[in-house]
Amino acid sequence: MTSLTINGKEYKVDATADIPLLWVIREQCGLTGTKFGCGIAQCGACTVHLDGQPVRSCVTPAISAEGKNITTIEGIATDKNTLHIVQQAWIEEQTPQCGYCQSGQIMSAVTLLNENPSPSDEEIDAAMSGNICRCGMYGRIKSAIKRASATLQSSNPL
Amino acid sequence: MKKWTRRAFIGAGVLAGGTLVIGIAIRPGNRSSKVAGLIASEGETVMNIWLKIAPDNTVTAIIPHAEMGQGVHTALAMMLADEMDADWSNMKFQEAPADKEYANYTLLKGFIAGNATFPKFIEETIDGVFLTAVKSLNFQITGGSASVRFTGQQAMRIAGAAAKSMLMQAAADTWKVPVDELTAQNSIISHPSSKRSATFAELAPAAAKVNIPTQPKLKSPGEFTLMGTSQPRFDIPAKVTGEAQFGMDVQVPGMKYATIKAAPVFGSKVKSVDTTVSSSQQGVKKIVNLGDAVAVIADGYWQAKTTLDALPIEFEATENSGLNQEEIMDRYRKAMDTDLADGNLDTHFKDGDAAKAFEKSTILVEAEYQLPFLAHATMEPMNCTAWVHDGKCELWCGSQNPLGVRAAAAELLEIDIDQVTVHNQLLGGGFGRRSETDVMKQAILIAKEVEYPVKLIWSREEDTQHDVYREATISRMKAGLDESGLPIAYAHQFIFKHHPPEAADIPYTIPNQLIQYSSPASHVPWGNWRSVDHSTHGFLTESFIDEMAHAAKQDPFGYRKSLTKDNSRFQRVLDMVYEKSNWGNPLPANWGRGIAIAQSFGSIVAEVAEVEVSIDGKVKVHRVVCAVDPGFAIHPNGFIAQMESGIIYGLAAAMTGEITIENGAVAQSNFHNYPVTRMNEAPKIETHIINSGNPPGGGGEPSTPVIAPAVTNAIFDATGIRIRQLPISKNDLRASIRQTT
Ligand code: FES
Ligand code: FES
Repeated sequence: MTSLTINGKEYKVDATADIPLLWVIREQCGLTGTKFGCGIAQCGACTVHLDGQPVRSCVTPAISAEGKNITTIEGIATDKNTLHIVQQAWIEEQTPQCGYCQSGQIMSAVTLLNENPSPSDEEIDAAMSGNICRCGMYGRIKSAIKRASATLQSSNPL
Repeated sequence: MKKWTRRAFIGAGVLAGGTLVIGIAIRPGNRSSKVAGLIASEGETVMNIWLKIAPDNTVTAIIPHAEMGQGVHTALAMMLADEMDADWSNMKFQEAPADKEYANYTLLKGFIAGNATFPKFIEETIDGVFLTAVKSLNFQITGGSASVRFTGQQAMRIAGAAAKSMLMQAAADTWKVPVDELTAQNSIISHPSSKRSATFAELAPAAAKVNIPTQPKLKSPGEFTLMGTSQPRFDIPAKVTGEAQFGMDVQVPGMKYATIKAAPVFGSKVKSVDTTVSSSQQGVKKIVNLGDAVAVIADGYWQAKTTLDALPIEFEATENSGLNQEEIMDRYRKAMDTDLADGNLDTHFKDGDAAKAFEKSTILVEAEYQLPFLAHATMEPMNCTAWVHDGKCELWCGSQNPLGVRAAAAELLEIDIDQVTVHNQLLGGGFGRRSETDVMKQAILIAKEVEYPVKLIWSREEDTQHDVYREATISRMKAGLDESGLPIAYAHQFIFKHHPPEAADIPYTIPNQLIQYSSPASHVPWGNWRSVDHSTHGFLTESFIDEMAHAAKQDPFGYRKSLTKDNSRFQRVLDMVYEKSNWGNPLPANWGRGIAIAQSFGSIVAEVAEVEVSIDGKVKVHRVVCAVDPGFAIHPNGFIAQMESGIIYGLAAAMTGEITIENGAVAQSNFHNYPVTRMNEAPKIETHIINSGNPPGGGGEPSTPVIAPAVTNAIFDATGIRIRQLPISKNDLRASIRQTT
């Protein structure tokens, strides 16, 4: 038995040496917001945070996450009834199309804004180009990041 | 079979604004009771098969289409609510059950008959024929950019208007006042002069007994309150919290996981595999040989996948096992030559005498184009959860065609269709791929071997290598121009004709045309790929007209404009894209501008791409201006999103999209060797809608066909190099090459 801390909650899971975190999160913990897209760190759909840093959970061994804080899309808002600023911006820009990539997009955007609250277009491109959106909603993802950035600026005046 | 009487079809055909709208909003016979069992719960009144009213005055639209992110649930509910004057804040939707009652005959008819207007006397016959055809075909497809065009116009709006008229009649009867003194707003019917009012819910039971109106009056665009506005989409909030449930996310108690490896060469079979599960294979439940594929069932996907990867499987060699892409294209060329020589070409369109006109031409333009196979690469890999038990079959999947899935399952298991249930889920991209039933059939065959439910998940590799592909094609095009540069002859020899049937037509006025095609054999499975045949013909027609314009030494915009003089919709769309793109304004060095226009699925789309080609040959698409006439955009923001989506999808294909065959099998496997457009490669897109008042056109597909030619025409403008073979990445565009071209 391996013990994982996901969104502040402890889960006892059955992890073989090589099983990627993605499958443990989805199948054993039942948190299906984190998606499978490629399995080889090419698409970003499976992005989660390990101690605040984005990782591709499809190539991250589950056992390597033991003792770390794992955050998934289900855990970025402070509680069930509120949305993270980034999620809010995503709704306001009507960003998702099919939505399948969006958990990963949001997880990448949250890290970007944590590290750089007012990114330029080029910085957004650089941070987000590991996340594929087959519905091609890149323009809206970018607008939503800028909207979230603006909200952050106005809520934390420097 | 029950005879369709005239009474039976009242309500099926109504005259609205001078155009005959044929709807199935209100079906004959008392079907409501059967349908009620499918869609209604305690206390709800089913007004017709498309809507119900709950005691709390909530109106629910029953939407017979799958949500792939095109916002169909929202747009169709808006159409119904608007006609009904229902309170939008109290409006819900529910996806229709996969049932024959919702078999989408309006859609099929739309495909076959277009927006034809039928004389009253044959309308009933036509409806009868189509309805029968659709029922036997089990057709409930989301595709062909058709939801708003057909279901929305011909079911949702009529259903809403009919329900409102029945509610009004019920109020008039109850209050003993003339119906035309009543008003409806926000799900309340009022009689202003006596200050009486009642909610839809209060009136619903009485209204359901009112005779179905023969001609519910539809609103004119000036009366719309919801149509034409961008209401927040129903499906979005759950898609930012991770709660949205896709086929991949289904969890059924007791379920196990499976993954599969099909014979790499299409049509090949498993020669040998050891299906014994050894005790060392922890968590592995069963190995299943399906004849043309091998699947492993395990406690989790990872165990299944690693076991399958390590499993020695031998596949039979077939006549195609040594076949490579080059040979396929050679075969196609030979078939075209032979068909031409033997007079065996099929004729798509003929007008005048092209051969004679070519002789009289001053300038001849000739070119051969080549296009690759394309995979769909939906973001969500293929999957389906199946449970076969007690003579029943339950399926959980995201399908563009749930009723087709039901029928396929019934046929496969030789059980009655009523024993099959399909729980349709959100689709992580469809693009035509999820109108197939292959994955569901595999899931059923695997689940049939065990008593518990099984979720079959395809790896991305399986998804790439066992898709149904956009055809690889070759086209030979020829035009003859007179001394003024105007075309007097046009010939096009292409291969493979699927649908829509008009895809190879050209929108340009050219006398003397001969358009023909061959259909060579191919072992690579074909499938609907976003915009289908328009995805090839959009590129072909719009590249070649550009070549003609340059041969005639004319501006590509002006040339298109002068050859579509009689088409006022084309003229407006061209003018719009000209203005918004600043056509003709100078661009930096190594930049170019290209234009393309096409009509597909009832919408006309023009795009202008601004492209930079660096000295070392790298292409960067900076900006795409899109002008579109969809007749009327029901949900403008959602429509714009679909234009953007279709452009990026088509751009990915144009830039790098290529599936090749090596030794009979697909050579590509995942996003590293089947690359798609990423954010840093995505252009800025500006979309401008023209609501021309024509019948509504589709949104999901029409922006895709024109992006490739807009970009390659821009590359020509920048470099003088004409791209006749896609993807663009196959072409050497370095500056050193340009000099010599
Ligand atoms: S599934 Fe992990 S990066 Fe694609
Ligand atoms: S919204 Fe569909 S893949 Fe991004």
